[in-house]
Amino acid sequence: MSIEQEQQLLKGLAVNDKKAIETIYRDNYSMVQLFVLNNTGTADDARDIFQEAMIVLFEKACSGTFELNCQLKTYIYSVCRRLWLKKLNQMQRFSGQVESLEETVPVEEETEVHEKRNADFAMMEHAMSKIGEPCKSLLDAYYVKKKPMQEIAADFGYTNADNAKTQKYKCLMRLKKLFFAQYKNGQ
Amino acid sequence: MEEILLLDAIERYSRHEMTADEKIFFEEMRKNNPEVDLLAVEHGFFLQELEHYSAVTAFKHSLAEAELTLAEEGLFNEPVVKGKAKLVQLWSKYKRTVAIAACIAGFVSLISGGLIIGFNSKYANKDYSELIREMNETKAKVKAVEIKVESNKVVPIPRRVPIFPKASFGATAFLLDTKGYFVTNYHVTDRLKNIIYIENNKGEYFQAIPVYVNKEADLSILKIIDTSFKFNGVIPYSIKKSSAELGERAFTLGYPRNEIVYSEGYLSAKSGNDGDSTAYQFNVSVNHGNSGGPVLNNNGELIAVITAKNEDADGVTFASKSKNIYTLIEGLKKSDTAFKNLRTPSGTSLKGLDRVQQIKKLEDFVFMVVGN
Repeated sequence: MSIEQEQQLLKGLAVNDKKAIETIYRDNYSMVQLFVLNNTGTADDARDIFQEAMIVLFEKACSGTFELNCQLKTYIYSVCRRLWLKKLNQMQRFSGQVESLEETVPVEEETEVHEKRNADFAMMEHAMSKIGEPCKSLLDAYYVKKKPMQEIAADFGYTNADNAKTQKYKCLMRLKKLFFAQYKNGQ
Repeated sequence: MEEILLLDAIERYSRHEMTADEKIFFEEMRKNNPEVDLLAVEHGFFLQELEHYSAVTAFKHSLAEAELTLAEEGLFNEPVVKGKAKLVQLWSKYKRTVAIAACIAGFVSLISGGLIIGFNSKYANKDYSELIREMNETKAKVKAVEIKVESNKVVPIPRRVPIFPKASFGATAFLLDTKGYFVTNYHVTDRLKNIIYIENNKGEYFQAIPVYVNKEADLSILKIIDTSFKFNGVIPYSIKKSSAELGERAFTLGYPRNEIVYSEGYLSAKSGNDGDSTAYQFNVSVNHGNSGGPVLNNNGELIAVITAKNEDADGVTFASKSKNIYTLIEGLKKSDTAFKNLRTPSGTSLKGLDRVQQIKKLEDFVFMVVGN
């Protein structure tokens, strides 16, 4: 695969293109599965690890500044390898010797950044689950689904967009409070 | 109220929606008022986090959908096991299943004439109670209503069971393969004397037969033999091969009534009644009729199948581990080449959805089993 094609794939990834996701899976999954199976993992583990790596890649692709300085395949392999080693370590199953079939590039920094983002994601998810309805749906409609305020007001039965907006900010302030409460605890 | 106005200003500023004058005013305000500046920085950060959350949530959803397509293509199938050691290990595992299955087959055919039911329970302790539902109702009333509805329909609907005899037991089953394969409990199919039906949520009955059973794991595979059975749709859950974790949140759907019922809890022990290693213990409230109900974790992976509860302790429920299903399928495939085309669902499209949406997607795949 040429560099242009790989860049194209990453662009597709950033806009949630299913075709791009599928192509990356088809080209790389078997390699990762083989690695995990050869290192005391199961097929389920391989799928989890690969998904995680896809999210790392997605975050990178979205940042816009990402430049691949090696083959995509090598990058994915390196990330998966790093993630799996980390997981083995956590489960204290790490036997010291990990069989490596492909060349790797250093990705410690990336996985560390991802871990931090992952933790933030979990906090936000937790905060979201705690604010209750209708706040959750309201924020979801505005910030996640990016619906216009007018439509939201109609959907949720507010008399006008301004009312919906006020309600949205009230919800947002609660979410923020919940989020930062955890965030400060975690620091 | 003031804070709301301020937040609105910050959001509009970060989205470049302000007019030039407003912008100058706002920047001036930030410069002169450190509190406002702090809030702007904090809120900007928070919005970034929220943005990241929404982007990753959407991406996870696309991932799950893509995985479903790829699972259909067989990308996630494990490569064939190589090496003598593994082969031997597999063989010994499989030999045991065949031996048990053969025993059971013989046993069932011998006693199907008429032993009392209680005798067949997996455990003798009296607080172990299998969750099959005793029924003594004619379905005739339900039938009458259905036919009325039917006359309005234009599309030909599948052939109904002409006369439904009295059902003496009811339980739950879930779809294993849309070609008409279901999983339920062994103690359910064991009650079969005449006939067993799968009932879908439209109230249609389809005759089924058990094609493979395993008493030890308390599981059976049912196959619908009515040729009219057609199922469109992709099974949204995957069946987990590895074991579930202590404390993992779980939920189940089942038919303790004539209507589907939801219940949730957590995995409370990694073994079942009396240290049974083929089962888990859950803390979830279930009733007679929940037998054969699927237990799923938050990710939409099927981790167990409800079998029984402890009558003396509140909420102590036992469920057969999901990996037993794979053992069953393996055995079934070896038993007859006719079952070679059975495929297990390998992708989950329930990941990242909230519970209500998960249930909506799931409920069409959980069925009632009735029979006598």
